[in-house]
Amino acid sequence: MNFDDTPQEAAFRTEARAWIAANAPKQYEAELSKSSLGRISLAKDDIVDVGKAWQKQKAEGGWACLHWPKEYGGRGATPIEKVIWQQEEGVYGKLTQPFQIGEGMCGPTVMAFGSEEHKRHYLPKLASGEQIWCQLFSEPAGGSDVAGLRTRAEKQGDNWIVNGQKIWTSGAHYSDYGLLITRTDPNVPKHKGLTMFFLDMKSKGVEVRPIKQANGMQEFNEVYFTDVVIPDSQRLGNVGDGWNVSLTTLMNERMSIGARLATGFPEIFEFCSSLMTEDGPAIDDRATRSKLAGWAVKASGLKYTSYRAVSALSKGERPGPENSIGKLVAGVMLQDIASYAMDLQGAAGALTGAAEELATGQFQQMLLSAPSMRIAGGTDEILRNIIAERVLGLPGDIRVDKDVPFNKIPTKGR
Amino acid sequence: MNFDDTPQEAAFRAEAKAWIAANAPKQYEDELKKSSLGRTALKGANILEVAKAWQKKKADAGWACLHWPREYGGRGATPIERVIWQQEEGAFGKLSGMFIIGHGMCGPTMMAFAGEAEKKRYLPPLASGEKVWCQLFSEPAGGSDVAGLRTRAEKNGDDWIVNGQKIWTSGAHYSDYGILLTRTDPNVAKHRGLTMFFLDMKSPGVEIKPIKQANGASDFNEVYFTDVKIPDSQRLGAVNDGWNVSLTTLMNERMSIGAGVSTGFPELFEFCNSLMLDDGPAIEDRNVRSKLASWAVKASGLKYTSMRAISALSKGERPGPENSIGKLVAGSMIQDVAAYALDLQGAAGVLAGAEDAEATGKFQAMLLRAPGTRVEGGTDEIMRNIIAERVLGLPGDIRVDKDVPFNKIPTKGRG
Amino acid sequence: MNFDFSDEQKQMRDEARKFLAEKCPPKAVRAVLDGHASYDKELWKGLAEMGFLGVAIPEEFGGAGAGHLELCVIAEEMGRALAPVPFSSTVYLAAEAILLAGSAAQKKKWLPAIASGEAIGTLALFEGKGNPSPDGIKLAASGGSLNGVKKPVPDGAIADFAVVTGRTGSTGRDGDISLFLVDLKAGGVEAKALTSLDPSRGQAELTFRNCKAEPLGAAGEGWSILTQVLDRAAVLMAFEQVGGADRALEMGRDYALDRIAFGRPIGSFQAVKHMLADMYVSATLARSNCYYGAWALSTNASELPEAAAAARISATQAFQHCAKNNIQVHGGMGFTWEFDCHMYYRRANATALGLGSLSYWEDALIDRMRKKNAA
Repeated sequence: MNFDDTPQEAAFRTEARAWIAANAPKQYEAELSKSSLGRISLAKDDIVDVGKAWQKQKAEGGWACLHWPKEYGGRGATPIEKVIWQQEEGVYGKLTQPFQIGEGMCGPTVMAFGSEEHKRHYLPKLASGEQIWCQLFSEPAGGSDVAGLRTRAEKQGDNWIVNGQKIWTSGAHYSDYGLLITRTDPNVPKHKGLTMFFLDMKSKGVEVRPIKQANGMQEFNEVYFTDVVIPDSQRLGNVGDGWNVSLTTLMNERMSIGARLATGFPEIFEFCSSLMTEDGPAIDDRATRSKLAGWAVKASGLKYTSYRAVSALSKGERPGPENSIGKLVAGVMLQDIASYAMDLQGAAGALTGAAEELATGQFQQMLLSAPSMRIAGGTDEILRNIIAERVLGLPGDIRVDKDVPFNKIPTKGR
Repeated sequence: MNFDDTPQEAAFRAEAKAWIAANAPKQYEDELKKSSLGRTALKGANILEVAKAWQKKKADAGWACLHWPREYGGRGATPIERVIWQQEEGAFGKLSGMFIIGHGMCGPTMMAFAGEAEKKRYLPPLASGEKVWCQLFSEPAGGSDVAGLRTRAEKNGDDWIVNGQKIWTSGAHYSDYGILLTRTDPNVAKHRGLTMFFLDMKSPGVEIKPIKQANGASDFNEVYFTDVKIPDSQRLGAVNDGWNVSLTTLMNERMSIGAGVSTGFPELFEFCNSLMLDDGPAIEDRNVRSKLASWAVKASGLKYTSMRAISALSKGERPGPENSIGKLVAGSMIQDVAAYALDLQGAAGVLAGAEDAEATGKFQAMLLRAPGTRVEGGTDEIMRNIIAERVLGLPGDIRVDKDVPFNKIPTKGRG
Repeated sequence: MNFDFSDEQKQMRDEARKFLAEKCPPKAVRAVLDGHASYDKELWKGLAEMGFLGVAIPEEFGGAGAGHLELCVIAEEMGRALAPVPFSSTVYLAAEAILLAGSAAQKKKWLPAIASGEAIGTLALFEGKGNPSPDGIKLAASGGSLNGVKKPVPDGAIADFAVVTGRTGSTGRDGDISLFLVDLKAGGVEAKALTSLDPSRGQAELTFRNCKAEPLGAAGEGWSILTQVLDRAAVLMAFEQVGGADRALEMGRDYALDRIAFGRPIGSFQAVKHMLADMYVSATLARSNCYYGAWALSTNASELPEAAAAARISATQAFQHCAKNNIQVHGGMGFTWEFDCHMYYRRANATALGLGSLSYWEDALIDRMRKKNAA
């Protein structure tokens, strides 16, 4: 057991490090390293613009979408090289946020189901960040139950006409293309009547409306479709096979190993190390230490769990299921940490103004943003189901809607 | 809002207090006070005998099973009088442990479903503790899913012949009678083929084997039935109506208001008050205080919740559903409390002997007994279902075995 | 024993609930949350007309002379409705301090004004980060004049007067602290509104510059009076928190019954129903602790310090737990601005801090239990 790179890995790391040192936008380093959940933005510049510039630069240097084939804009790198890159990229990785859905979900789906022509046309620009992609799966009536979606696509000649509504679409407002799952047959059970497409987000009839979140920010959108025309050539996979296509997308989402997961621990540790209470430094207080220790081992447990997955990758093995615990652990933890950081500040903990020290304001934002961590990309409850079913092999929930035609499934509880 | 007795209540309390002062077995008071979960025993005396003597004395003077009618050995007291009695009986109440099932579950079921002759014959000795009763519901194949039980009763002339096995029967080894739930028709859906009986535990064919528990003690038993004969006159309720009869039993179990659930908090608080750590008394440590405070408010929350229920009783109202939270809260709490008390003892926390361990090993015993509390009489999960469904009105679980004949329900999870 | 509110008190609760349902729907809370007003003036007037502001103020000072049990009942309803008015600062803090320590003249001047809704009051205690402690009070008070900065002061930007803690000695003992009554409209104080987690309730910074102040209670008695005020306010705030917790639980329950996923109401999944059952458990424990606090408050029992801390801790935990899991039950919709869940989440976390944080009250509870145990 060791943490050393193999000679090849070491060579790759040296090369990556040198390139980053020479090319990264250093002027944002300090700001990026201080950003935390609910508070990722740059004071003077638009973070999406800065992100696009960095992504383009990486693409030109051959450092974008490392594990993709070269002909689609990648580098043909190994999975472990991708992890090494992420380690070296460090805080600049926070700039890649607008591209994550495209790179992690849309790109792999197009790669698996798009025509060769489409792949050559769309993927390189996706990789270089010139074009941003979003994913249009969730709907008001289909959150955890993705297959419960109701957006209709109806065939008309060589085209499909789409009507309906999507929700929780990250970055729809700055996206160029989207991956869209629709219902093409409501008379069969819900998983069997779905079809996947990709579309130009500037198509006629697409309307993007930002959602104001509980924390006051707007990162997600509702997207309305009114008689939107999509050519059949933009269909991904067979008609009625959209559910299987979407599993490719979602599988890729959950495979993102080594992706940094905010737990709030480094922030609370730093805060407690510097905070003076009336009885001395907070970090000297036993109650504080007990809480910190509980979180410290969760944070390190997650970190080393991801190291184990990285090791498997390094040996060319498929990582085990351990990595699926990440978001489940981190979500609750962020919420608890934020709450405790405020507790330590007493009544002043409720203040959020810019005039308050940055160190304190960040926990208020974290507290307000944390609930979404426990919901977005799979609720805590769905993640526990996944662990219980796919990792531990327990039976699935009883599905009362399994063999019921979609249009016969109840839509109201009472 | 006040904690005062009404004049009637005050009079009753004074009478009870005086009688207890004059009659209770004072020599055991200290020991009983110190006993805690996983550790209720007396040195130099058999607790069962002491308990039987106390119960008999209470019965002779009219203080047993207070809320039962007089003709069945009770006092015809009001629910609130029963609560007052419990408050006054205090630590001596721990002696009633062996009668709780008889008084709380078997007696009420007999009262609701037995013939008048049976009631007159069996209830007074049950009330006086001369006869101890147990409850034979749980089976290896039917724990939380009580109605999944498989013990068969088959009609043979005027008798029923019983074959099968029960498990988790408290006190079966010292019980004289038991109420027994059996399957009389396996061809109908599981709730519809059950029948209830009571039987003499000394009947031929009844075999009792103690279960050695995870904590090393043996409070429960397996009971095996081999061609045990029960006269039809000992049937309670109609044939195949046993599920409804059992609901009466279980309802009575859960109605036991004012019964203090053990949380471990008083023990831990006392322990932390006297324990010295490296840098001073444990109770001055902020971390200790933070944990104690969280448990303190749970313990007081339970206490005042039960007082709210008592108040409702006192006004002649039906108590609300709040009281259903008791065991759920106390079960995991006592487990956490015990683990923390060991933590405070450092490596020595592992020692369990009364001579070596702090607080004479009380917390070690508590830790080992606590998992049982979260399972017996309804698991935490069943308790949460009950709260969610009966209190909050959420839908029941989807029952895949609901309309399936009992003998078609799968019996193995895999292959 | 009668460990319950009386029928009259329950009737008052129904009346308050009906009144608030009509005058304080979520829309009204949002108007303040969104910054369209610093508080709901119409509602404040209505509360005065209903007699709710002076419910525990004696009749001779313009109140209803009912009592603190009645005030607990109203507090719970205010919490349920998230009322965006300076009720807690005026009634639990300022009015209680004056009732406890005010001279006849001070009572006569301020209590009727509170009961009629003309005067908004508050307590200026904190000076930046930290929990209540005599050492934390630096604001200099000498010769009837105050100099220093208080923050956060609840409703400080809209208050007409404040009870202020000031330092009148430097012996390092509790006796260094005295209380003052300051007319905030009389000059010498500058108020600056601050942004907070819960914009439906105001927070401010008050800067005192040679500000004229009259003593409230005897010199050197400030800390002792303050401790009593905080205990009384803790019980009342705990009722607000329990009201909020109950409402959040109800919202989660209703959504779980209505929302369908996988062809069934989500409330039929154990993961969801057990989450709701656990919310019910914390809300019930908190309510029972609050009832005991109410009894201790209304009878001025010697158990009040312990009962208040227990009610405060239990209610803080319950409101935070219920508000947080109410969002979880609602899923993505619970995280939108449009749904009301976040208003309860914000209020839960803000009220958890206002009178001193959970850690502070935990420490206080065990300290008080220990002292009682030793005695």
